[in-house]
Amino acid sequence: MDQERLDTILSRYEGDAADLIPVLQDIQDQYSYLPKDELKVVAQKLNVPLTRIFSVATFYKMFSLIPKGRHQIRVCLGTTCHLRGGPRLMESFSHRLGVEPGYTTKDMQFSLETVGCLGSCAQAPVAMIDDKYFGRLATDKVPKILKLYKN
Amino acid sequence: MPKFESLDHLREYRRQLLARRDPQQLQVLVCAGPGCLPMGSEEVAAAFKEELQAKGLEGKVLLKESGCQGLCARAVRVILRPREICYQQVTPEDVPEIVEATLMNGQVVDRLIYEAPLTGSKIAHKSEIPFYRGQQPIVLRKLDVIDPESLDDYLAMGGYRGLRKILTEMTPEAVIDAVERSGLRGRGGGGFPTGRKWRVCHEAEGEVKFIICNGDEGDPGAFMDRAVMEGDPHAVIEGMLIGAYAIGARKGYIYVRHEYPLAVKRLQLAIGQARQFGLLGSNIMRSGFGFDLKIARGAGAFVCGEETALIHSIEGFIGEPSPRPPYPAQAGLWGLPTVINNVETWANVPEIINLGPEWFAAIGTENSKGTKVFSLVGAVNQTGLVEVPMGTTLRQIIFELGGGIRQDHEFKAVQTGGPSGGCIPKEFLDLPVDYDSLQSVGSIMGSGGMIVMDHTSCMVDVARYFLSFLFEESCGKCTPCREGLRQMLFLLDEIIHGRGEEAHLALMEELCAAMADASLCGLGQSAANPVLSTLKYFRQEYETHIRDKKCPALVCRPLLKYSIDPETCTGCLACVRECPVGAITGLKKQPQELDQELCIKCGLCFESCQFEAVKVE
Ligand SMILES: Cc1cc2nc3c(=O)[nH]c(=O)nc-3n(C[C@H](O)[C@H](O)[C@H](O)COP(=O)(O)O)c2cc1C
Repeated sequence: MDQERLDTILSRYEGDAADLIPVLQDIQDQYSYLPKDELKVVAQKLNVPLTRIFSVATFYKMFSLIPKGRHQIRVCLGTTCHLRGGPRLMESFSHRLGVEPGYTTKDMQFSLETVGCLGSCAQAPVAMIDDKYFGRLATDKVPKILKLYKN
Repeated sequence: MPKFESLDHLREYRRQLLARRDPQQLQVLVCAGPGCLPMGSEEVAAAFKEELQAKGLEGKVLLKESGCQGLCARAVRVILRPREICYQQVTPEDVPEIVEATLMNGQVVDRLIYEAPLTGSKIAHKSEIPFYRGQQPIVLRKLDVIDPESLDDYLAMGGYRGLRKILTEMTPEAVIDAVERSGLRGRGGGGFPTGRKWRVCHEAEGEVKFIICNGDEGDPGAFMDRAVMEGDPHAVIEGMLIGAYAIGARKGYIYVRHEYPLAVKRLQLAIGQARQFGLLGSNIMRSGFGFDLKIARGAGAFVCGEETALIHSIEGFIGEPSPRPPYPAQAGLWGLPTVINNVETWANVPEIINLGPEWFAAIGTENSKGTKVFSLVGAVNQTGLVEVPMGTTLRQIIFELGGGIRQDHEFKAVQTGGPSGGCIPKEFLDLPVDYDSLQSVGSIMGSGGMIVMDHTSCMVDVARYFLSFLFEESCGKCTPCREGLRQMLFLLDEIIHGRGEEAHLALMEELCAAMADASLCGLGQSAANPVLSTLKYFRQEYETHIRDKKCPALVCRPLLKYSIDPETCTGCLACVRECPVGAITGLKKQPQELDQELCIKCGLCFESCQFEAVKVE
């Protein structure tokens, strides 16, 4: 465990139990998941039982207990995207990457996820790769976009 | 950068700022709102930067990336001020021409201006485009004028004047009184009178109180809160300052869903600026009033939009709702009196203080005052964000602003209120939209999503979509919601798989009633609305699924049949490459065959075929 890395995150907070979610978010952002050893330290530092940490970590969709891939693909399944081909877009990504939503490719390059709504409804169907949005994404554009992110 | 040392200092700073600014300053505003970002606004802005440099115009023309400019259907949008020329569907390749023709020679580039969907007439100026002409922006007013990252831009538009006004001449009671008289009701869904909520909290016992901005915007199909947080973050902060002063809070939270990274960034930046200028912190402008703000990022749970769940989430727990009463205004964050309002509600507050409650109360209908922002999306020609006075009819919004239904299709329904709302059929197109009227037809105002549907949408599928959304998002605390949704989803799945029975419909209605009565929070209480409204107005569609085992809109997969027309198939193999289960076989340049046994009806072959050789029924 990289103690220094974790300490940098913890030093931003006052160590209250109420800081639990922001601390976990920072760990998730930096590590791409919540490693168990780190969580034990968090439990100690914030004085929160480990069970509560697991309850929070499994309740919120943002958290993952296993490492995620280098790139996060989030396919929007909001109402407008649902009506305008979001599910098909999802399948196309899933088919090309060979993983179901919620999983990561074997080479750890991509994690595929669905999201309730990305709020770019006028350009449905929409997907987001890391922090970049892609609008009016027909399934035939999927291979080209994936290529941009493959190494 | 000054720190405002007194209330007069702020006024003086604004005066000097305006004196320094040239109203004739040439400005290029590239929209970087929710609709334009996915279509490449960053690239367009970069192209402008480069071109302005190349032409030596950096000092002469001001380039800004603005918030949402409204008409998202024609992204990427660019507006040139002060002439208010709107360009649409701009690509980086168009930029040199815009710079040369418009900025250097004052000519309009015809091919990039608005074209009316029906008449084909071309319009260059914002004020003449019907989409904008029918609107009355209060909350969206500054979005296509200011740079959301510039506090000066906000101040130049009259920003923090409301704060200055309350601190110089109004008591907390007078502020509450004004908000009450304005008739402002919550824009987050429930429509509770804002002033009354503030009064309850103001009168609650206790020294320590909180205020919260609900920026969770979980309703799928809604993005007005995102647009406001990204495009005018200081308006939210100023609204909260005014609310804090009124109820006596010294600390506040803005809860933003993590799916909106840009909103988080912009709010963080704005809070930093406000602190630096002394607009947040202790003893603001030496008035004796102190208030500070913190951002709480959501972690991906729809139910956290519900106020008690949201409060638990800020406290560091899982987002399970609690029974009300007590209401947050009495016992909220850490058990202390807390006012929680929606983003759009907060953004209305500074203008109500500036222009007076009478001004606000004169807009709208008897029981719904002011304007409402809607995200108009789906099967309309002109999708985007619109802000209209309460009481505007659905027809005006969809046909006048929205420019009618895409590809001249017929209007089928409009879905309002997200997963707690319903589908409204064409009989009610002339319904004036306000809190009460929408409720009377089995839907709700909700946060303002308006999803328009034509014959390509299946109402059974829409009901199933919302149920499965809620099923995923139900926190599981109360049984009626957790189990009710499961059973309802099961029944709808039976129908969609061709195993439905007439009796299922009555059973669903019964379940709906039980969930509405017995669920703990709004999620379960209103989960019935998408089902009940579609059952009420589109029962025939359910019956067709059950009796004829057909989906007339060709949406419900298990009821579809795909085939390849040997006459039209060119054997290009595009569908073969796309098919995930290898159900399509044949030689290159020969007609292909589809194995019905293997087919999973995903429709990818249908989408990939350039020759319309894949048929579906
Ligand atoms: C399941 C559920 C989800 C909700 N989601 C939101 C939301 O995303 N944004 C919001 O402002 N209000 C949401 N609300 C309403 C809030 O509980 C609350 O009424 C609102 O934030 C109060 O602010 P207002 O009076 O300004 O509307 C939700 C309610 C429920 C039951």
